[in-house]
Amino acid sequence: MTSAEIKAVIMDQFPGSVIESEDLAEKQVELKADQWFNIATFLKEDPNLAFDQLECITGIDLGEEASLQTRYNLHSMEYRHKIEILISHDRKEPKVASIEKIWRIGDWFERETYDMFGIVYEGHRDLRRILCPDDWEGWPLRKDYEGQESYHGIVVPKMKEEDGWE
Amino acid sequence: MTVDTLINWFVTLGDFPVLSFLLAVVISGIPLFLVMALNAMIAVYVERKVSAFMMDRVGPMGQGPGLHAGKWGVLQTAADAIKLLVKEDTVPETSDKFLFKMAPYIIFIGAFLGLAAVPFSSTLQVVDFNVGVFYIIAVGSIGIVGIVMAGWASNNKWSLYGAMRSAAQIISYEIPAGLSIIIPIMMAGTLNIQELIAFQSGSVWGILPNWIIFNNPFSFVAFFTFFISAVAETNRTPFDIPEAESELVAGWMTEYSGFRWAVFFLSEYANMLVVSGLAVAGFLGGWQSPIPGLFNTGLWGLFWFMSKLGFLIFVMMWFRWTFPRLRVDQLMHVCWKVLIPITMFNIFGVGIWKLIFG
Amino acid sequence: MGVVQGDQMILNIGPQHPSTHGVLRLEVMTDGEIVSQIRPHLGYLHRCFEKHSENVTYEQVIPFTDRCDYLASMNSNFGYVVAMEELMEIKVPERVEYIRVIMGELNRIGSHLLALGVYGLDIGAFTPFLYMLRDRERILDMFEYTCGARLLYNYMWIGGVSHDLPKDFETICTDFLDYFEPQIKEYNNLLSFNKIFVERTADVGVIPADVAVSYGVTGPNLRASGVKWDVRKDEPYSIYEKFDFDIPTGTGKFGTLGDCYDRYWVRMLEIKESIKILRQALKEIPSGDVHQALPKKIRPPKGSVYRRTESPRGDLGYYIVSDGTPVPFRVKMRSPAFTALSCLDEVSRGWMISDVIAILGSLDIVLGEIDR
Repeated sequence: MTSAEIKAVIMDQFPGSVIESEDLAEKQVELKADQWFNIATFLKEDPNLAFDQLECITGIDLGEEASLQTRYNLHSMEYRHKIEILISHDRKEPKVASIEKIWRIGDWFERETYDMFGIVYEGHRDLRRILCPDDWEGWPLRKDYEGQESYHGIVVPKMKEEDGWE
Repeated sequence: MTVDTLINWFVTLGDFPVLSFLLAVVISGIPLFLVMALNAMIAVYVERKVSAFMMDRVGPMGQGPGLHAGKWGVLQTAADAIKLLVKEDTVPETSDKFLFKMAPYIIFIGAFLGLAAVPFSSTLQVVDFNVGVFYIIAVGSIGIVGIVMAGWASNNKWSLYGAMRSAAQIISYEIPAGLSIIIPIMMAGTLNIQELIAFQSGSVWGILPNWIIFNNPFSFVAFFTFFISAVAETNRTPFDIPEAESELVAGWMTEYSGFRWAVFFLSEYANMLVVSGLAVAGFLGGWQSPIPGLFNTGLWGLFWFMSKLGFLIFVMMWFRWTFPRLRVDQLMHVCWKVLIPITMFNIFGVGIWKLIFG
Repeated sequence: MGVVQGDQMILNIGPQHPSTHGVLRLEVMTDGEIVSQIRPHLGYLHRCFEKHSENVTYEQVIPFTDRCDYLASMNSNFGYVVAMEELMEIKVPERVEYIRVIMGELNRIGSHLLALGVYGLDIGAFTPFLYMLRDRERILDMFEYTCGARLLYNYMWIGGVSHDLPKDFETICTDFLDYFEPQIKEYNNLLSFNKIFVERTADVGVIPADVAVSYGVTGPNLRASGVKWDVRKDEPYSIYEKFDFDIPTGTGKFGTLGDCYDRYWVRMLEIKESIKILRQALKEIPSGDVHQALPKKIRPPKGSVYRRTESPRGDLGYYIVSDGTPVPFRVKMRSPAFTALSCLDEVSRGWMISDVIAILGSLDIVLGEIDR
């Protein structure tokens, strides 16, 4: 199935959840966050779609004034078709349903996105930092991230625009 | 033998039985300790070179005496020994200090006592017990107490794991070893090691030496079961799960450093010597020459014994660098479900053979 | 989750490992010898290269990708440049494609040799490790001859490669392949068919195919579970369609399908397939200028791309978002070892501690790639 057909199926099953936009590429579909868990279950279990492989979850910070986004790349081993789902979050309280029960790799991918961006995945059984230490402050990959001054007494070096490292 | 000869010589000097006994034992024990130390030094060097050549590298090398490791690296072991002696002696704070310090010596005692009965030639043997074979097997079990002490006293979860596994392994493999060594005893009719060796003199059909291994097919198999159990007794690969636990986390020797660790390794190589010595004496004719009748006198005995011993120790090293290691439950499976039935069948077979062929 | 029952023990494996997996800490909850749960702790090697790449230009990201999967640097570079060339719609000359495939496959052989050798070391066989490393040294010598570096190359650039192959590279490589192919028989005799090795790895740590797909396990690990999926054949990139090679899958050779032995054996078979590809590529390589298509300034159009390639560990994916400037907006690396490690917990429940080491070794992880 092509991306346009998959998008049509989703719009058909879950009316009102797809957000149309011009800057999206053909293979990208932007969804509202509220029905994500049901849509994800549908995407995996529908026999015509059969998206059984979650390739990648990318968190992205679209800029200081804009929102955070989570992008899911899905792939079907049976039909060999792909789709990319984008879900935007409000900067103040970014959260969305967790899909780790549907695709088991979602467990670690969501923990990584939480670690880097601070997006809370509701329903995740054990949402804690995975790459940074457990007591690290801040969300490193956000555009407005200011590193902490020191960590347990070790000074955290900062990078300057012109001179490079301090 | 040497203890007896010394006591006899002291009797000619005067009548002081207790003192003469003590003196004889001490004087015989010193060369034994030197043998142990020399064996460790040579065996470590040989192991490093053998492993290196098997792995397509060269091992310790040097250009000449002096600050380098000697030509062909012969001074390397001496350098290692000096390093171990001058290392800091650490005893962990939370360990049981008395047991911790005692453990290496218990293991050392087990190996040392076993060496006393190994027949290096017809006269070079510290004591010729009339129950020599039984004595070696019995005394070899003292080491287990030391291992468990070491694992427990270290106050470390992983040391305890390793020590328990090692104890289970050694105790289990004593059984096939003991059952296999019964075969030479059955055939020679004696537990005395020198008499066992004397039984193997002469020849079969004029050319083959009358060694127990060539006597009948059951004793041939018994040699191999004894050798495999012996390798397991000394904690060498493929049975080195307790030792190479250190590749995963920590072994039972982990808290030991410096001289105490050197004592452990001294005992391990001495153990290898003892079990190989028993295998040579029981199955391969001891200090007798392989060509029946020729080169059988005086120091030739020592030469033949050392070469056979050296060959068996080389095979043990060969095993170590070729095979992967067995998991603990597979180790136990091999012992209880494979080796013990085979050895029991062997005993039965040798009995029937002796009945039929005399 | 993290609650320990009364008779359970918590043991720590790591962070320093005796084998070259890297710096990984496994918190193992055991009941005697049997494992009930494993919690891996990552992040010891986390350098956050994704944040760094938002401050440097697109070409300057390539050395960062080298250092992620340091055992297969060529393939990490390959993945990034393929994704970038798809975003910018650059067509590279034919010679460049052949050189990339040759380097990628040589690196695949090197990485598999190291993985198999270290696996033998984990199981306790000391010697095959040294034999395999001796042969890997010859591959690294060839890399050094071409681009000057042994381990981290910065070789594949967007639109080309950094250095052309030296004049006698084809002879040297063919000599190496002729020397190396009989060596595989020696490895098989020493390690693969050794009864003790088979006992330690067969039937241990079985990953069923659906569990593998759900956990995102890819590459040799997935193929060992019976799923015939290889990005080089199923989503072809570069010129892989021109070559004739098979995709080996696990067959439950000595035990169940998808056990540790299958993962080991699939990698051994893949080395043979890589040799096939290399021979074909070396024969057909055309001449040309490798620096012809290098763009003067790398300024991709606005947009995003997700492209995956086949690294020795699995599907290496790059998600790159560009906003029209020479500096990337977001670079995300989807590393195959990250997903392979995530299934360790579920696969090793019920096995013994020695088996955990066997399973971990068979997954072939590199911490540089997991932590990035």
